[in-house]
Amino acid sequence: MSNPLRDMEKPDVIFAIGTNMTECHPVAATRLKKALTSGATMVVADPRKTRLAKMAHLHLPIRVGSDVALLLAMAHVIQREGMIDDSFIAHRTTGGPEFLEHIKQFTPEWASEICEVPAEDIEQAGLIYGRGNPSAIYYTLGITEHICGVDNVQSLCNLALMTGNLGVEGGGINPMRGQNNIQGAGDCGAVPANFPGFQPCGDPEFAKKFSEAYQTEIDAEKGITKVTALNTCGNGIHAMLIDGENTVVSDPDKNHCEHALKSLDHLVVIDIFLTETAELADVVFPATAWGETDGVQTNTERRVQRLRQAVPPVGEAKPDWWIVSEIAKRMGTPGFEYESAKEVFNELCSLSPIYAGLDWDRIENGEYQWPVPEEGHPGTPRLHEKEFKNGRGVFKVIGYRDPAEVISEDFPLWLTTGRRLQAYHTRTQTGRSAGIEYLLPNETLEVHPDDAATLGLAHGGLAKLSSARGTIEIPVKVTDMSPKGTVFTSFSFANVPVNVLTGSGYDPVTETAELKVCPVKVEPV
Amino acid sequence: MLTTVNNVDTERSLKMTLDGEEVSFSDGETIYEVATRARREIPTLCYDDRLEAFGACRLCVVEVEGIRNPVASCTTKANDGMVVKTRTEAIEKHRKTLLELVASENRNLDVNPLSGYASQELTKLVDIYGARTGRFQGKKSGTTNTNDKNPFILRDYDNCISCYRCVRVCAEQEGDYAINVMNRGFHTQIIAEFNNDLRDSQCTFCGQCVQTCPTGALGDKKALRDAETEGEIKKTRSICPYCGVGCSVDLLSKGDKIVGVLPAMDGPANEGALCVKGQFAFDFIQNADRLKKPLVRRDDGELHEADWDEALEIAAQGFLRAKKRYGRHSIYGVASGRAPHEAAYSMQKFIRASFGTNYIDNCSRA
Ligand code: SF4
Ligand code: SF4
Ligand code: FES
Repeated sequence: MSNPLRDMEKPDVIFAIGTNMTECHPVAATRLKKALTSGATMVVADPRKTRLAKMAHLHLPIRVGSDVALLLAMAHVIQREGMIDDSFIAHRTTGGPEFLEHIKQFTPEWASEICEVPAEDIEQAGLIYGRGNPSAIYYTLGITEHICGVDNVQSLCNLALMTGNLGVEGGGINPMRGQNNIQGAGDCGAVPANFPGFQPCGDPEFAKKFSEAYQTEIDAEKGITKVTALNTCGNGIHAMLIDGENTVVSDPDKNHCEHALKSLDHLVVIDIFLTETAELADVVFPATAWGETDGVQTNTERRVQRLRQAVPPVGEAKPDWWIVSEIAKRMGTPGFEYESAKEVFNELCSLSPIYAGLDWDRIENGEYQWPVPEEGHPGTPRLHEKEFKNGRGVFKVIGYRDPAEVISEDFPLWLTTGRRLQAYHTRTQTGRSAGIEYLLPNETLEVHPDDAATLGLAHGGLAKLSSARGTIEIPVKVTDMSPKGTVFTSFSFANVPVNVLTGSGYDPVTETAELKVCPVKVEPV
Repeated sequence: MLTTVNNVDTERSLKMTLDGEEVSFSDGETIYEVATRARREIPTLCYDDRLEAFGACRLCVVEVEGIRNPVASCTTKANDGMVVKTRTEAIEKHRKTLLELVASENRNLDVNPLSGYASQELTKLVDIYGARTGRFQGKKSGTTNTNDKNPFILRDYDNCISCYRCVRVCAEQEGDYAINVMNRGFHTQIIAEFNNDLRDSQCTFCGQCVQTCPTGALGDKKALRDAETEGEIKKTRSICPYCGVGCSVDLLSKGDKIVGVLPAMDGPANEGALCVKGQFAFDFIQNADRLKKPLVRRDDGELHEADWDEALEIAAQGFLRAKKRYGRHSIYGVASGRAPHEAAYSMQKFIRASFGTNYIDNCSRA
């Protein structure tokens, strides 16, 4: 997030797109509710009539995967009505003139055809966002899990840049991170393109820095992504170490994924349960769980916070860092003589400029938000206040593209997937917590009453749900939460493996899977 | 809006006299806020500093010179030149009588601390004021909704004192309006929408009403399973393991077992709020399915328990073999977005330092 969570109580206009926030980030949503109570206006763009959508002043139930068209037309309206921030564009950005020229062609009428919502509503959304002082954008995976995920994010940036809504209190562009430490995994350099602290792998200077620190010659080029790695298992990639991820259930195209992992010579999995992924491994190590482990995690507003051990680990479980270090030592890899989590974290701080002012003792009370470039620095609750990291904010000229697969005669409905309030991810944890099943006993497919009638589906009855990749069976819930023509379910239940169906494409830049859009057909069983 | 809490002295110089001492305050502060800042302890029951003051319990009354009746300090704004007494004999007597009355209506004064964050408030006050006198033989108010089979929230309205904190937290903090008030006065009863089970209401089971309840009328059913479990309750500050908001929590443990979770009122990301997952989905770590020993695949094709040395050796040799046979670009690492930094950091270092590649990723792509 560019802005701190507490800023969520302060916007004048809230634009929430592709986020089911009341279910996925409930506590953040309570802050938006407070902003609404004190008079903020909210626009929600989401195919589904979520709780957040019901609270909105304007809800745009856009067709799944049509976000870019909506955002282009909103930008069009903002420019046409003279609501752009000329001074911000002139002093803080580049590419403004080209972008402003580009959007002249994208009228609300044009977008209306693609998004399947009235042009007047698109016009209104543009006017409301353009008028807000400040306007804040919130989004989650509904924006990124598309083949055009990067385009979506960039289109949101364009909106914020043209209206000067960056670096201001109560404004900004705010992705809500879905997992407790997904931000932290990136901070720590567990990505193919960056060393710890987002120091790019492609830059020889940093390759040299880490080659020296790790006493090994490290490639001065990016690695491949997990998606590519899974695609080349048995044919390029022959061994994998997976820590705490249930790849088989959470990734798209389950069968492909299982097949990939099975074709490895050597698979080692570290986890707290014998997940579907761990079952395929040659060696499985028991890790200590939350509540049993000392450590650090970074939240969605870049706040670096301490996790603390409350109880002893079960059985012989060990912390992940200890397990990884023991394997490394046995392989003769230098630099793994850690005695504690504290030593590991302090080494990270010493190599990462955004953590340079931090160490284990300084984060005791969680008051720092990175970057913290040196000791004594107060941290950075709000990004881009005076300047952007690379000087100026860059406008990107973007066009609309259809999803990788579109509906057809064979697969006439859109399937979109998401999370539920009471379940988390693949339910390895919430599914094993007492009482949660009372609130969410099983998964359902949400179908609009009109579609249910046409297809002959009964509320509570079973349906066969198929895509080009496979078929699953799932109970039907008839509800107007889903718009006509679109069905929804979550990927939380292993007995309803929705990711057998998904996986039609990937964003060419980030290789994020298009989990949000998949043409399907639904039949009664 | 940007007022002067930090430099009250210099800006406007509003002053009042508090128990004979001159104190400064800024415009808009209530007597209660000024007094608390000046370290006066004024008892309250219907007050939660995250909510709009309500003025229902009248425990917080103080004497203000020139006003005949005592005023509720939580709802009365401080005025320049005000002379306030927080603890006169008359006021203390009034408070004791109020507490005696409240105590007489409540079946159960001794509430297990696992009930919730604020569950000891009434009991503590009753004891401080020596109000267990039984001077009033009150009728019991409210009734228990024991039919509600939800596994998380105990609703025992026999203990309800009608402070409306639950209703207000639900409306003001959560914006959920899941609970409401039925009837007024003595027959007041806090009800779920349509007087039904919470599951059938707008309730999201965030537990906030439980945590603000000062009497244990609403209680944490899940934590109370361990009410009788041996051992002191230990509190450990940590962070919720679910989404990226990063809510601060206090883990409650007895011996080797986590028995419950309290929201941290001073948590920077959540300021006392939690959702159903952070509040109630903590016991997965005690599930019987937890892996307890390393497993290795043996010749029969099945996974079998092994000791650490053997398993680590097999893991290490497998990677070395792959490197020798297929080259250093044949090994890939996937780090977790769930585990702490130390896991992700050591994972990426493992790949980079062992193989000199950047063949590492995490689960954010799916
Ligand atoms: S648990 Fe939360 S949503 Fe439910 S009644 Fe209590 S405060 Fe309201
Ligand atoms: S309590 Fe809920 S909102 Fe807070 S971090 Fe946990 S899952 Fe997220
Ligand atoms: S605390 Fe002031 S009236 Fe209850």
